[in-house]
Amino acid sequence: MKIVMLSGSIVGSKTKTAMLKAMEMFSRAYPEHEAVLLDLAEYTLEFSDGRNYMEYEGDTKYVTETIMAADALIIGTPIFQASIPATLKNIFDLLPVNAFRDKVVGTVVTAGSAKHFLIVEQQLKPILAYMKAHIVPTYVFIEEKDFLRKEIVNDDILFRLERLVEDTVLTVEAFDTIRMKQDEKYDF
Amino acid sequence: MEKYRINPSKGMEFGLYSLGDHTVNPLTGERISAQQRIQELIEMSQLAEQAGIDVFGVGESHQTHFTTQAHTVLLGAIAQATSKIKVTSSSTVLSVSDPVRVYEDFATLDLISDGRAEIVAGRGSRVGAYHLLGVDLQDYEEIFEEKLELLKQINEEDYITWQGAFRAPLKNAQILPQPKHGSLPIWRAVGGPPASAIKAGYMGIPMMLTTLGGPAINFKHSVDAYRETAEENGHDSSTLPIGTTSLFYVADTTKEALKGMYPHINSGFEAIRGGGYPKQQFAQAPDTRDALMVGSTQQIIEKLLYQYELYGMQRFMAQLDFGGVPFDKIMKNIEIIGEEIIPAIKKYTAK
Repeated sequence: MKIVMLSGSIVGSKTKTAMLKAMEMFSRAYPEHEAVLLDLAEYTLEFSDGRNYMEYEGDTKYVTETIMAADALIIGTPIFQASIPATLKNIFDLLPVNAFRDKVVGTVVTAGSAKHFLIVEQQLKPILAYMKAHIVPTYVFIEEKDFLRKEIVNDDILFRLERLVEDTVLTVEAFDTIRMKQDEKYDF
Repeated sequence: MEKYRINPSKGMEFGLYSLGDHTVNPLTGERISAQQRIQELIEMSQLAEQAGIDVFGVGESHQTHFTTQAHTVLLGAIAQATSKIKVTSSSTVLSVSDPVRVYEDFATLDLISDGRAEIVAGRGSRVGAYHLLGVDLQDYEEIFEEKLELLKQINEEDYITWQGAFRAPLKNAQILPQPKHGSLPIWRAVGGPPASAIKAGYMGIPMMLTTLGGPAINFKHSVDAYRETAEENGHDSSTLPIGTTSLFYVADTTKEALKGMYPHINSGFEAIRGGGYPKQQFAQAPDTRDALMVGSTQQIIEKLLYQYELYGMQRFMAQLDFGGVPFDKIMKNIEIIGEEIIPAIKKYTAK
């Protein structure tokens, strides 16, 4: 199994801190599986111009191809102006229509205010569903007060992150079983 | 319809087309040479002609996994190797070419083939040609509209006076040679949502519509929108032919057809689009209502007649070599098409 941890912002530290923590938890719990961290702050991406993702070059090609090769993603996103950041939306725009078919996607969100709690539900999940993701229903919502000097200091968040990592892996396994069962029916 | 060299009383035309894709045969893990692929396309056109198939088309894509970038050159060889079958592009990416040169090429092809050449002009569903040939994708829509209008004008007038944004102006220019009967059938390649079909309707130009898969009924919107728009703009839609295209694989049984096609369609999509063909969706495809042409001989005949009722098209074009299908399988498909499918279709659609 190959999982991509995507930190969807090019500024700030909180989303990245949360994704590094998720990465650490994943590697500890599932050393047999491969995890890749894609921190968008480390790459220079083009804006989507309608090309197929394989036709880009450099960082844009690397980031999109890495995502397309994954069995699962955990997407970390901050909230900017009551929505996901443009950098994350650009990733979705770069990928093809059914990019997340047969992929599981879990979400971690960092926000400055509790008022943003439903943004994942109302804005991110519709995009993921359109792109055919198997969405992990529960997401981890983290507020500013849960961080101190680039560490998560709220135990509740740490437990919930652990559960998200586990749920993501189990969901991949569950859908693998479903797909195998379906494929058994077909003799092509 | 005569203007487009179509005689509806003879029934719906059946054609073959290739994108000239050049991918690995997933069953052997090997890829034939570009030269062999091109030679086989020429041979395929001869077999198609012998089987009574009406049209043979070759398209251009300017990127990896393709080998017919110079599709007009190959069409010239096909015209020379055959004597009855119509030769067409499928399609010509007009946006990256000069309409004058395109017309010169196809008029010459028409003379080589003794009046069998056609153009299907499209924008290209892959954008490799734009980068390679220095066309700004920003102009994707406008450049095509302008160039197609010019191509149409060249086809209709003897002396061209024209001015536009993407090419030097023409003043009383005579474009030579002229095709055998003075004009060529020129189709507009249409894919995706009805918007593109509507544009073909505005122009009053024949429409070649891709119906690659999914429910056939979904494409009826495009057909209806095309005819309605043509009428609203003063064109008689009953004189405008419609062609449809689909991926195609026929075998003696459904099971054999599914087994024969899946590895190719899946690996072909994987290579070209970066995502395979979902098995669950493919398993539904032999149903009459699904546009993807996979199934037993009888299922394919039913699908074609169902679509004929739905769209009332004058031509169907099958793509049966996609994703590294080996030549013996291509031959088998052509044999079934010639011996069983075409007679059944003509019997039903000819007057």
